[in-house]
Amino acid sequence: MWNLLKIELFKIFKRPRTYIAFGAIAAIVFLFQIALWFDGKTYIDLILSNIDASFDFSEQFKTRLLNGYFVCFAVLNILLIQMPLLVALIAGDVIAGEANMGTLRLSLTKPVGRTQYMLGKFFASSIYTVSLLLFLAVLALFGSILLFGTNDLVIFRSNSIHQMSHDDIFWRYLAAFGYAAVALTTVASLAFLLSVFADNSIGPIIATMSIVIVFTILSEMNIPLYDKTIKPYLFTTHMVAWKGFFYVQSNEEGATIKGSIENLPAILKSLFVLLTYIVLFVSSAIWIFRKKDILS
Amino acid sequence: MADIIVAKNLFKQFNEIKAVDDLSFSVPEGNIYGFLGQNGAGKSTTIRMLLTLISPTSGEIEIFGMDLRKHRKEILKRTGAIIERPDLYKYLTALENLRIFATLSGGRITQRRLMEQLEKVGLSERANSRVKTYSQGMKQRLGIAIALIHEPPLIILDEPMNGLDPQGIADMRNLILHLSRDMKKTVVVSSHLLSEMELIADSMLIIDKGKKVVEGKMTELFAPSETIVELQANDVTAVYEKIQQTDLKKYVLSRKGDIILFRVHRSIVPMLVKDLVQMNIEIISLSPRHSLENYFLSLTTENQHVESFKN
Repeated sequence: MWNLLKIELFKIFKRPRTYIAFGAIAAIVFLFQIALWFDGKTYIDLILSNIDASFDFSEQFKTRLLNGYFVCFAVLNILLIQMPLLVALIAGDVIAGEANMGTLRLSLTKPVGRTQYMLGKFFASSIYTVSLLLFLAVLALFGSILLFGTNDLVIFRSNSIHQMSHDDIFWRYLAAFGYAAVALTTVASLAFLLSVFADNSIGPIIATMSIVIVFTILSEMNIPLYDKTIKPYLFTTHMVAWKGFFYVQSNEEGATIKGSIENLPAILKSLFVLLTYIVLFVSSAIWIFRKKDILS
Repeated sequence: MADIIVAKNLFKQFNEIKAVDDLSFSVPEGNIYGFLGQNGAGKSTTIRMLLTLISPTSGEIEIFGMDLRKHRKEILKRTGAIIERPDLYKYLTALENLRIFATLSGGRITQRRLMEQLEKVGLSERANSRVKTYSQGMKQRLGIAIALIHEPPLIILDEPMNGLDPQGIADMRNLILHLSRDMKKTVVVSSHLLSEMELIADSMLIIDKGKKVVEGKMTELFAPSETIVELQANDVTAVYEKIQQTDLKKYVLSRKGDIILFRVHRSIVPMLVKDLVQMNIEIISLSPRHSLENYFLSLTTENQHVESFKN
């Protein structure tokens, strides 16, 4: 199993297309950071203009607002929606790409169990996903801290503002990145499942993205009928729950309770839903692949 | 000599299509076993069943005396294969490809052993070149290196000469002979290149539409003492009926279009000619044929398919 995993990782990281995703992330993060470095004030004014007019923000507050933690949060808000495409590029290719190249049949004439073979590929895709997130974390979090320094983090929601002390933030990012890894692995496992049906990687990649887009639209729709019937069962509804780590509880005086999370059970429930999807997708992929005739 | 592969009553159905239909055969140890058939006859499906890429709808396969379904890994550890094209990871080097498949083959294989293997197939100088820069012949040689890296006693080659130039075909032929004669390996080769199979095979199986047509040793099936004689004549229908009323009918192999084929001992040929002349048949041509191709043609059923196969 370890040998299979090493082989799969070797193949993934030797392939030039693997680095497209890393390049895309680096480009987006750098462009965003550069823009805020030169014109952060305008961006902050734009954000605050969407907040209730009854709040009066001082210039000092605005200056403190633009810090590394805030920039990282903004980057994640943008990028974690786009990352499923980058994950699908690799995960959708793992089986279908091998079928297309003709290497699948050669590999399966070797004394390797099909279940082991699939698990090796799935774990390799998951490691790729996590490495992509780690790369994002280093650039977005550490890069932003380096450029903008640290300060308290203020998060704006439609009906509330959450403020966290600068020494109560780092662990939240670790938790958020960990959660995002599970969310993206769900997308990877969907692409992995679809990859079993195809002999060309374009199909699974497009199918994965189509499903993610349709489910995301359904998750975002404000239709009461769907709130309890469909939305709770869509994995896309639960993919954004990482934000919950930045929603804090307040005491009676309205001050933030350090180390608190507003709704931890909701986050754990979402995590459970995502893990269930991963198990469902991967076990289905293995079950189908074990029975599949290799005709490519 | 023991049989290394024994297949019994294999069936494979893809939806409505019967790709393999009640096929039984056995491959003797140490033989070069030719697997012949037209395109679509079921050769590749059968080969893929031997390599567990395709599951039979029904039937049994034993290799090395073990049930293939129950002992898949043990059997594949002792089997090397090339299926059709030698498709490899084009973005990796020859050495990296070889290392990957050597690891999958399960052996502990050193860098030195990998290089030796590349040396054997004449690729050591290009070991670190990406496979996408290789010619078809070089890819085929790398495919052979991969198939043999774990020194399997059984080698299964599906259309190994496809896409090779004449020199490549000759090299492949010599390699197959070397594997069998010098290294005592059993080699199963499927091919539609009948003239090549004639040069190398010890035994053969001919299949048509998924069914066995004939199986046996080349020396028995295709005895040098026997020959096939092709008769072309005016009004073949009448000639055919005339022959059916004589003793010559026992020599008739088949009738295809305006040709009647006889299978006779060489010593019978003069008598055959004499009898045909005495029967006042208007002979256009009477020619002996003595090749696997003609034997194959005489056994397969649909003439127009055979003709396109010849081309």
